[in-house]
Amino acid sequence: MKKGTLKQILLITDGCSNKGEDPAATAALAYQQGITVNVIGILEDDQTEDPEGLQEVEEIALSGGGVSQLVYKQALSQTVQMVTKQAMTQTLQGFVNMELKQILGKEQTIEDLDPEKRGEIMEVVEDLGETSDLEVLVLIDTSASMHDKLPTVKEALMDLSISLNSRVGRNRFAIYNFPGKRKDIDKVLDWSPKLDSMSSVFPKLTSGGITPTGPAIREAMYQFGKKSLLRSFRKDHEQDVENA
Amino acid sequence: MNKTSKTHDSYLRPGMSMTGKWHHKRYTIIRKLGNGAIGSVYLCDAGGKKAALKISDKGSSITMEVNVLKSLGKVQGKSLGPYLLDVDDWVTPQGQTFSFYVMEYIQGRTLPEFMKQHGQEWIGVFLMQLLDDLEALHQSGWVFGDLKVDNLLVTSAPTRLRWIDVGGTTQIGRAIKEYTEFYDRGYWGLGSRKAEPSYDLFALVMVFLSVYYPNHFQKGSNPQATLFKKVNDIKAIHPYSQCLKKALIGKYRTSKEMKQEISAVIYDLQQRKLVSGKRKQQNPSYAVESVGFLLIALGYYLSSLIIP
Repeated sequence: MKKGTLKQILLITDGCSNKGEDPAATAALAYQQGITVNVIGILEDDQTEDPEGLQEVEEIALSGGGVSQLVYKQALSQTVQMVTKQAMTQTLQGFVNMELKQILGKEQTIEDLDPEKRGEIMEVVEDLGETSDLEVLVLIDTSASMHDKLPTVKEALMDLSISLNSRVGRNRFAIYNFPGKRKDIDKVLDWSPKLDSMSSVFPKLTSGGITPTGPAIREAMYQFGKKSLLRSFRKDHEQDVENA
Repeated sequence: MNKTSKTHDSYLRPGMSMTGKWHHKRYTIIRKLGNGAIGSVYLCDAGGKKAALKISDKGSSITMEVNVLKSLGKVQGKSLGPYLLDVDDWVTPQGQTFSFYVMEYIQGRTLPEFMKQHGQEWIGVFLMQLLDDLEALHQSGWVFGDLKVDNLLVTSAPTRLRWIDVGGTTQIGRAIKEYTEFYDRGYWGLGSRKAEPSYDLFALVMVFLSVYYPNHFQKGSNPQATLFKKVNDIKAIHPYSQCLKKALIGKYRTSKEMKQEISAVIYDLQQRKLVSGKRKQQNPSYAVESVGFLLIALGYYLSSLIIP
């Protein structure tokens, strides 16, 4: 099996979107382009586990083919790396399931196999997760309410970099924040293999209550480069030919 | 994460029986033993014998853990993790499927409990036992990963430290699968999360620090200095402090290296105890001897006075 690059958007937010298109829709669009959208919703210390304004979080991840998690600030580091890794496994499992359907026909998935065979297949999935290359675009909500959470977010991202760079496969990270000064998103850090090159401070926070999550995801999608979009399109095309 | 489906916990009650989908073995739930990072562990009755049953709605995670248990079972001559007894799926009457596996039920006390009762002299023993087991594990190409107090139990007769949760066990050279911040060298800024023997040796020291600092402690501005100070502050681990510090900063590449130095310390301690023990025993005889010498000397002196 040829090892491709896994692409993920990691959205970190603490509230609901209120401008532009539905973020779940743009997430679905990204997913169709082969980019998984994961969402982490940060809870205020006095919020319960099921707060208003954060229902959107699960919806975006579901239509983005990714993983979502609501979390208090203190547990952010562990959650960020867990969500990223879970999403990788999920994506790879999806690929493997697709292959299985081709081989076995019918509606066979990993879960329909007996535990012994399943074990062997999970080993393959794990192998792929360890060795495949990964591109993560971190999209941070920097609206006013996020102010006191940003130092923790930064720490969590450094931690993510430690975790992912302990893998065999290569990584590339980029960080964007939204809303941008003039555009929907602004670049904080361009694609780089490590996050310790992260600038010491996040850009000045934009005041006002605008949270254009939908447009931000759409813009983020294009940062993976038009080239790679074209390539994934071509690959799909080749597969169709093979099937025919 | 999936709100519409219930978790396994809402189905399983003490006294309930469940039968596996593939191997058709029957298990009766006795009580819940605890919750892990993935799924819950129940004590169950498997054909008259007690066993531990781990069940989760994350099927892939269960499968990965089973893979680890299987390969640990292949490590010759050592029972590193619990024995794996069965792997299967359980379909609820409502039609939902959960993956589970059944393993040996290890009964024992936690490390802090045991140490509180039986005292410091066990530190050296447990250090050696853990290093021994880790060496065997590393030699077979694995790293424990999530080594922590919660994943260890002290069994009695013979007193032995056993590993009860091997979910974090990772092949050497890969990224650690599962970890807990306090025990993770990456969190303390003292190394990567690559699975290598030194990763476990760091966590090993943190296990013993956890015994003495059950509420753990903050990183501080200089994590290494914080850790060194915490090691220094505990009298009980003082003899080993140099070794422990070396393990914290990754100076040992293998468990064997650390084991050799620890055993040298233990040997030294025993020798010192032996010597001081002898001295205590010898004290009365020394007194008798010296009194005897004095008497003889006095006798000579007196006789020299009488006979000029």
